[in-house]
Amino acid sequence: MQKEKGALGWALIGIAALFLLVMLVLPLVLVASEALAKGWQTYLRAITEPFAVKALYLTLEATVLAVISNTVFGLASAFLLTKFSFRGKSLIGSMIDLPFAISPVVAGLFFIMLFGRMSPLYPFLRAEHITIVFAVPGIILATVFVTFPFITRELVPVMEAQGRDEEEAAATFGASGWQIFRYVTLPNIKWALVYGVILCTARAMGEFGAVSVVSGHVRGKTNTLPLHIEILYNEYNFTAAFAVASILVILAVLILVLRNLAEGRAKRGESHDG
Amino acid sequence: MTAEVHLQHIQKTFGGFKASNDVNLTIEKGRIIGLLGPSGSGKTTILRMIAGLETPDSGDIYIGGQRVNDIEPGKRGIGFVFQNYALFRYMTVRENIAFGLTIQKTPKKKIKERVDALTELVGLKDFGHRYPMQLSGGQRQRVAFARALAPEPELLLLDEPFAAIDAKVRKELRGWLRKAIHKLGITSIFVTHDQDEAVEVADDIVIVNRGHIEQTGTPVEIYQQPRTPFVADFIGEAVHVPDFTIFKGFENGRASGAHEGIIRPEFLEIGADDSEMRMPLASEDGTVRGVYFRGNSAEVDVEVKGQLLKGTRSLEKPPLHEGDTAKVFIHRIYSFAGGKTEILENRAKQIDSVII
Ligand SMILES: Nc1ncnc2c1ncn2[C@@H]1O[C@H](COP(=O)(O)OP(=O)(O)O)[C@@H](O)[C@H]1O
Ligand SMILES: [Mg+2]
Repeated sequence: MQKEKGALGWALIGIAALFLLVMLVLPLVLVASEALAKGWQTYLRAITEPFAVKALYLTLEATVLAVISNTVFGLASAFLLTKFSFRGKSLIGSMIDLPFAISPVVAGLFFIMLFGRMSPLYPFLRAEHITIVFAVPGIILATVFVTFPFITRELVPVMEAQGRDEEEAAATFGASGWQIFRYVTLPNIKWALVYGVILCTARAMGEFGAVSVVSGHVRGKTNTLPLHIEILYNEYNFTAAFAVASILVILAVLILVLRNLAEGRAKRGESHDG
Repeated sequence: MTAEVHLQHIQKTFGGFKASNDVNLTIEKGRIIGLLGPSGSGKTTILRMIAGLETPDSGDIYIGGQRVNDIEPGKRGIGFVFQNYALFRYMTVRENIAFGLTIQKTPKKKIKERVDALTELVGLKDFGHRYPMQLSGGQRQRVAFARALAPEPELLLLDEPFAAIDAKVRKELRGWLRKAIHKLGITSIFVTHDQDEAVEVADDIVIVNRGHIEQTGTPVEIYQQPRTPFVADFIGEAVHVPDFTIFKGFENGRASGAHEGIIRPEFLEIGADDSEMRMPLASEDGTVRGVYFRGNSAEVDVEVKGQLLKGTRSLEKPPLHEGDTAKVFIHRIYSFAGGKTEILENRAKQIDSVII
């Protein structure tokens, strides 16, 4: 685009800048200023308070487990969807998108129905002393559920575009299924996978709706960071709420940086001049 | 080691579509075979079944005398060159070529020797550390070739090996590939839809049509004795005539049934007037309907008795123009009368030779 920017160009740029300012920059500034409103001391106390630390740990725990299980699931499902043809393939493809379509609150209710008191499974779970809803396992399950399409959705287009030629070539040399995956498929999808993992992490950390339903809001036990922020906020403890929120913001920025790195690598990986 | 190949009564359907319909084929040791047919005729399917990348619904495949239907691709002793080469994009040229040997756990030193020899063979010694993306089409093709050869297969399968290469390089590569394969003496089957390519590279051509083999033979046999209407039509440039008995010299073709025939450009002699014709009396009168420059000759469309025929004319002779009258002598016609393919020579030539 060598052309002079006309009035329209400047107007569009202005609108975009204004939009970014109102929707992104202002909230970030606000979070920072509110969090620090009563000084560093208060800020540090708010984020090192035991319940906040517990909530951070639970969020990280749920995130790590969700990312691990969804990486395995994502790889397996993308492999299945792109490298094999079978009946009901398109059905499975749409099923994987379900968490995108379904409201997280509904997903949470679904787990309550499945593992809560109303469930036919409940007597069995009770007898075995397994608690899922209003406990950590429920939170992890809900997080896994809402984030499971991310990695699959990142991988499928890449794997589809690459076809199965390289895998078949490897097969003609007698490579085993594992060797084909390890030496051919995985390097080809490496950056898409990293990208998917990052998106999945971001989503898992921020998840509110589904987790809120299954959590039961037991402070220091089943509260994740977003839930903890809500509680603080509802108690009119704004400074603490924003202080804890700033942790999530920092994590989000970190993820964005990683995301950009991964994206850059993915692009350069394509052309190999790097 | 090099192996012969047999296919017996191969059937293969894709969701109701018959991709292979009773394919029977015998390929002798050390020959280069060109599977030639229109796009979608089932050539790749045949190649992939030989490789084991596709399973026939029924029928048997033998490589080197052994039935390989239930043997996986990696154990069939084949090397496969894919249509788009399918080079491993995250491996260098050397790593690509070494892949088969690495999988076989060949000692490092031997791998290095073999890769050295192969990069030398394909003229890519200085490109060993490049990635496929950094190579031209012709170079990629040669890497794919070297990679397939590395584990010393008994049978080399190539799917449209020149399709993705520009015209000039393609010509060079064809000659190069033919020489390289003959030097190694490895049985090779390649797929192509380009008859020039098949003629130039193959020892034997197998004509495939709608999942069926129409004819097998040397290029000369295929050209001179097409056994089915499809082959006569597909090979060379062909003009169909619904009734060839209208032409001088072919009046009393076969007595009964249709007199459908095929006339190729090289069967026609086109002259501006009687003086240019060796047998003016046996020549037809025609009208020039189009002249196209073809580099080393002119292609002439000429209408004779309401039938448009195609011929060529030397650029050394006086040029013809659209609308000119012309003389046309038809040397021979492929006849399909009575369901039999036959080559009919112009009767005037036989009489002529008797008189002299
Ligand atoms: N995996 C497949 N699934 C469905 N149809 C296929 C498949 N492979 C080939 N076909 C069909 O079989 C026919 C023959 O294909 P192919 O062997 O690739 O032809 P060619 O190589 O001669 O162009 C085509 O009509 C193609 O659409
Ligand atoms: Mg093909």
